[in-house]
Amino acid sequence: MGTYIVRRLLQMIPVVIGATFIIFVMVFALPGDPLAGKCGERPCPAAYVQKFTEEHNLNDPVPIRYVKYMGAIAKGDFGTTYQGQKVSDELLRRYPITVRLSVIAIVFELVLGVVAGVLAGIRRGKFIDNLVLVSTLVIIAIPTFVIGSVSQTLFGIKLGWVKPTVSSAATWSELMLPGMVLGAISLAYVARLTRTNLVENLRADYVRTAIAKGLTRRRTIGLHTLRNSLIPVVTFVGADFGALLGGAIITERIFNIQGVGGYIVRGITAHDGVAVVGAVTILVLVYLFMNLIVDLLYGVLDPRISHD
Amino acid sequence: MNHEQATPTAAYQPVNGRLLEVEDLHVEFHTRDGVARAINGVSFTLDAGETLAILGESGSGKSVTAQAIMGILDMPPAKIPAGAIRYCGQDLLTMPEEQRRKTRGPEISMIFQDALSSLNPVFPVGWQIAEMFRMHRGMNKSDAKEQALRLMQRVQIPAAKERINSYPHQFSGGMRQRIMIAMAIALDPAVLIADEPTTALDVTVQAQIMNLLHDLQEERQMGLILITHDLGVVADVADRIAVMYAGRLVEKADILPIYAHPAHPYTKGLLDSIPRLDQKGQTLRAIAGLPPNLLRIPEGCAFNPRCYLAQDVCHRDLPSLREVAPGRWSACHFAEEVLDV
Ligand SMILES: Nc1ncnc2c1ncn2[C@@H]1O[C@H](COP(=O)(O)OP(=O)(O)OP(=O)(O)O)[C@@H](O)[C@H]1O
Ligand SMILES: [Mg+2]
Repeated sequence: MGTYIVRRLLQMIPVVIGATFIIFVMVFALPGDPLAGKCGERPCPAAYVQKFTEEHNLNDPVPIRYVKYMGAIAKGDFGTTYQGQKVSDELLRRYPITVRLSVIAIVFELVLGVVAGVLAGIRRGKFIDNLVLVSTLVIIAIPTFVIGSVSQTLFGIKLGWVKPTVSSAATWSELMLPGMVLGAISLAYVARLTRTNLVENLRADYVRTAIAKGLTRRRTIGLHTLRNSLIPVVTFVGADFGALLGGAIITERIFNIQGVGGYIVRGITAHDGVAVVGAVTILVLVYLFMNLIVDLLYGVLDPRISHD
Repeated sequence: MNHEQATPTAAYQPVNGRLLEVEDLHVEFHTRDGVARAINGVSFTLDAGETLAILGESGSGKSVTAQAIMGILDMPPAKIPAGAIRYCGQDLLTMPEEQRRKTRGPEISMIFQDALSSLNPVFPVGWQIAEMFRMHRGMNKSDAKEQALRLMQRVQIPAAKERINSYPHQFSGGMRQRIMIAMAIALDPAVLIADEPTTALDVTVQAQIMNLLHDLQEERQMGLILITHDLGVVADVADRIAVMYAGRLVEKADILPIYAHPAHPYTKGLLDSIPRLDQKGQTLRAIAGLPPNLLRIPEGCAFNPRCYLAQDVCHRDLPSLREVAPGRWSACHFAEEVLDV
């Protein structure tokens, strides 16, 4: 187990380097002059241009700049944007918001998805099963953009249950509706995954054994069958959490949330390479760690998987 | 074990040693293709301390019979349109489900063919055995685990103490089957059903498991139903044999006479197909043909298309299971002729 984790961590190194280098090259290959508009209508003074160029290593070839940049990141310095903002400040402000939003989405999709999937699975072919199958299909078919805008209009404006947009504090309660919108499609997948696995496992021999042991139906389904059926669900949700922590561009945009998704988009449109690379480096790391945790969790949930 | 006295078991007392009476049992499966009549009027009895072997080719309805007794058929698609299964005089089929559930484990228990898939892959084996004590006896976790350990030792699992927290996949096939057995006998059931408990194992292990089952059966005076399609396996352990074909019993007898003189052509065919030491070198004769499709069981005797004795009457009339000699029951129009040759 220990050696497995070490091996996985070592494997991350080339992945991180590769991913960030590609991002770096792509971002800085975008056409556009970082100095454009810096000094109003007039071109910038030569002294300023020189200072700016030096600060951002603009004269070095890309690989050298990449190495210098990553070296700084390793020391905890995420650099300064062309606007003079410290990337780390901005990330520290925005990341907790993204985490809160993701947690709401995950809890929502996990709890409701599993409940819906179990209800459908144990009443296979009955009304509730069809209801779950049809409604999840509808949710999957509708783009997040539409779900978000409609629920914002309905709950935020028409019914007035929640504020239609999120303040810069982005409290838990403000993020409730956006979190549900963000988790909606995954909820549909979780429900279907739970149902399919439950139905399949209910046919398994060990379920027949559980009944033959004189266990109650509740224990047979709720413990013996569900424990096996939830293994793929938990890994799906874990991977989804990793993806959500990368920011939610559409949902953030609709509800005016100051998360990392919007930050990256803004960085790209503003040709602010430093901001983009800094944020993406963090996201790559978070994603890789989440994947490692999911794989470890898989081994815990299913004793047949060994990490030796 | 003194916890036995704590639970009232008086509700079920065998009448004159009789544990189980299966009477005119019918089971059918309602499938997309039609109604498969898997069991068509099976009757037999089981006494305490007795081993009954149920024998028959694949698909003859042995497992379905066992599952009907155990109450673990999926209904639907299965349906029991007629029949009774009486345990200590009480019909299990008409019993309220909650009462019946409580008979599974303490009264009637079952061992399955494939222990790997029949044990839950995500729980330790000791936990799975201990669950019997916790759920039926309300025992706490550590006492139940202690009992589980004792059972694992009783079924001769080496280093049981160290292996109690291991998972099913970490054991060999034979050891897994021992764990199944430990779980099934945990609550001292009066009836134990073993559905091909050794089919998935290699030959030396088969004998060990058979011996273990036989020892436990004698030690606890259980009524044992031993399902198999291999006559050779049961010769040493069974007292009586019931032979099944297409969902019916075609022959019922004590073990010894059936070996010497089968009273049904099908049993004769099964006997001819087992290798015998005294007839080395002879080619084995398997029974020609296949068992019938249960959606279309032939008119008359279901065995007639494969029978060397088949006459017109066999295509017309269904032979009933009748006593053709003292203690010998056969469902063949020509049972007397078969017995004589
Ligand atoms: N769930 C089911 N749905 C439809 N038919 C079934 C079902 N379970 C069993 N059957 C049918 O019932 C018949 C008897 O099956 P059973 O499992 O009792 O055979 P068996 O004698 O135990 O054979 P084997 O030696 O292969 O275990 C088979 O023809 C089978 O197709
Ligand atoms: Mg079978």
